[in-house]
Amino acid sequence: MTATSTPTGPLKAKLSAIVRRREKDATDTGADRGVLSEHDRKRPSVRVSTTAIHVFLFVGLVVAGLGPLLWLAKAAVTPTQDTLTQPFALWPNGIDWANLSQAWNDIHIDQYFLNTIWVAAGSWFFQLLVATTAGYALSILRPRYAPVLNALVLATLFIPAVVLLVPLYLTILHPPVIDVSLLNTYWAVWLPAAANAFNILLMKRFFDGLPREVFEAARTDGAGPLRMFWSIVLPMSKPILGVVSVFAVIAAWKDFLWPLLVLPDPAVQPLSVRLPAVQSQTELDVFLAALAISTLIPVVLFLIFQRLFLRGAGLGGAVKG
Amino acid sequence: MTLTSEADAAAEADPRHPSPEPAGARAAMPTRRRRQRTPMTWIRGGGAWNLAFLAPMLIVFGVFSWGPIAQAVIMSFQKTNLITPATWVGLDNFARVLADPNLGTAVLNTLYFAVLALIFGFPLPIIMAVLMSEVKRGKGLYSALAYLPVVVPPVVAVLLWKVFYNASPDGVFNTILGWAGIPPQPWLQSSATAMPSLVIEATWAAAGGSIIIYLAALIAVPPELYDAAEVDGAGIWRKIWHVTLPQLRGILFIMLILQVIGTAQVFLEPFLFTGGGPNNATLTVLLLIYRYAFQNSLGGDYGEATALSLMLAIFLGLLSWLYFKLTDRWSTN
Repeated sequence: MTATSTPTGPLKAKLSAIVRRREKDATDTGADRGVLSEHDRKRPSVRVSTTAIHVFLFVGLVVAGLGPLLWLAKAAVTPTQDTLTQPFALWPNGIDWANLSQAWNDIHIDQYFLNTIWVAAGSWFFQLLVATTAGYALSILRPRYAPVLNALVLATLFIPAVVLLVPLYLTILHPPVIDVSLLNTYWAVWLPAAANAFNILLMKRFFDGLPREVFEAARTDGAGPLRMFWSIVLPMSKPILGVVSVFAVIAAWKDFLWPLLVLPDPAVQPLSVRLPAVQSQTELDVFLAALAISTLIPVVLFLIFQRLFLRGAGLGGAVKG
Repeated sequence: MTLTSEADAAAEADPRHPSPEPAGARAAMPTRRRRQRTPMTWIRGGGAWNLAFLAPMLIVFGVFSWGPIAQAVIMSFQKTNLITPATWVGLDNFARVLADPNLGTAVLNTLYFAVLALIFGFPLPIIMAVLMSEVKRGKGLYSALAYLPVVVPPVVAVLLWKVFYNASPDGVFNTILGWAGIPPQPWLQSSATAMPSLVIEATWAAAGGSIIIYLAALIAVPPELYDAAEVDGAGIWRKIWHVTLPQLRGILFIMLILQVIGTAQVFLEPFLFTGGGPNNATLTVLLLIYRYAFQNSLGGDYGEATALSLMLAIFLGLLSWLYFKLTDRWSTN
């Protein structure tokens, strides 16, 4: 925030308190008790079963959540024959580090990785652009026709994605106004991703909760709509920007069917499309190494931004509910 | 809540926000502006700014959402293959889809997938979340572990599980079964076990997301309710049955219908695991739509594909409407 645009004094304190409270609400473990009371916890039978639950949860979650990934990591540096004949033996015939470099160089993981990042970055940018501007217009500028537009946007939430598949594909082949096919360009992925009603809903709900006094004060100080958007609303909305960003990047990273349709040229395909395609011509150990490399980045990102991810996932439920 | 309603009231009083003007003049503005509306006053009142901010949404939704939705309805009554101009064929597309012998198979398979996914995948996250919420230490670790499969890109997950499902006795899962003395299973290779295999993977991939949502909902259960139940002498199971589950009712209803809508559109698993085989045992409705449009040796039959997707959408719409109508009474009182 620049000095001129920052609301000062008590107003600012109030503001940051509101923002902080929102963050707290979303992440806080809230109630300090669940089904079990302190009294329950002291009963020996309950104690035994909570310990059993602990063990069950730990073992179960490690096996189901972490197990497959650990196995993948092991198999990525194991020769094919060992993986096929003794899937659980730890390197009976030595570690084959060459798998990783082979996957990176021969399958051109590096290039498809860049493509994936490019797909995700563009989708992120356009989703944020559309969601923030639309949320701002619908929630804060609020022209008279805003409710109509709002209803039109929300209505798309009720249309299953499958309805769009074919007509959207044809739109990409023959977009209106510009008569150039968008096939094999990233626009074909970025722009449809930006038409996301859920993002606008989240953004608008957050903006609806921002204190109006701040905007009144800014207007009195002579701030125009653009300045108010850029210097006041956006800086106040960091939590929701983070959540929408996480949603956008994850969705772009995961998407398969749509990029498969609109990016038929292997040179521009992201990893998710490329991996199934190369499977038949790749030796199993190298292929597993490629899978491991493609899993690494999202998992590392998750471990770093864990709170943001989990808050986003919980928020998804809160909005649905 | 008061904050929003105040804000609403403020915005109600002054719906079109003025452009930067001296504060004194502005107080009198609203009444004056209503008297005469010219393009000039519209621009001054911020109308141009409103449109400028709405432009990205209007363009993107117009071209890539509202437009295609309208087009889907039109196309389902047309014969289109992009080579010859589209011609109106009335209900022909629908008739041809309904006459396709594969449609029955696809619908039954999708139904089978949905039912299996409900049995495997619906209660599991609830149980896990209730157990995890009772754990005092290590909740963060457990949430992270549970969410990990959701982070793995779905395509990678399917391709990895395809290796797990190796039908040889030395396959990953068959080895594990071997430890328990269970004979090797054919997994994806046989029409009997292919669909359950798909569902197991899908459940693994999705459970973490639901667990996190239920955990968030469990936190919102007011602790006083448990206190009150204890005063009435309720034990642990009765607290779960009479407090926890009723409090989760709203989110449970929503998650159930969302899961049904999601599984009705399952595509990735059958497409990558089996391609619809063996013997069409995993051919789902979405796979059939994909085949009509994009795997057709005679050129894409886009009319037929949109007709089927519209039928699916209408069915899901009716189903959700009926569902909400039926559950409305239970979820509110």
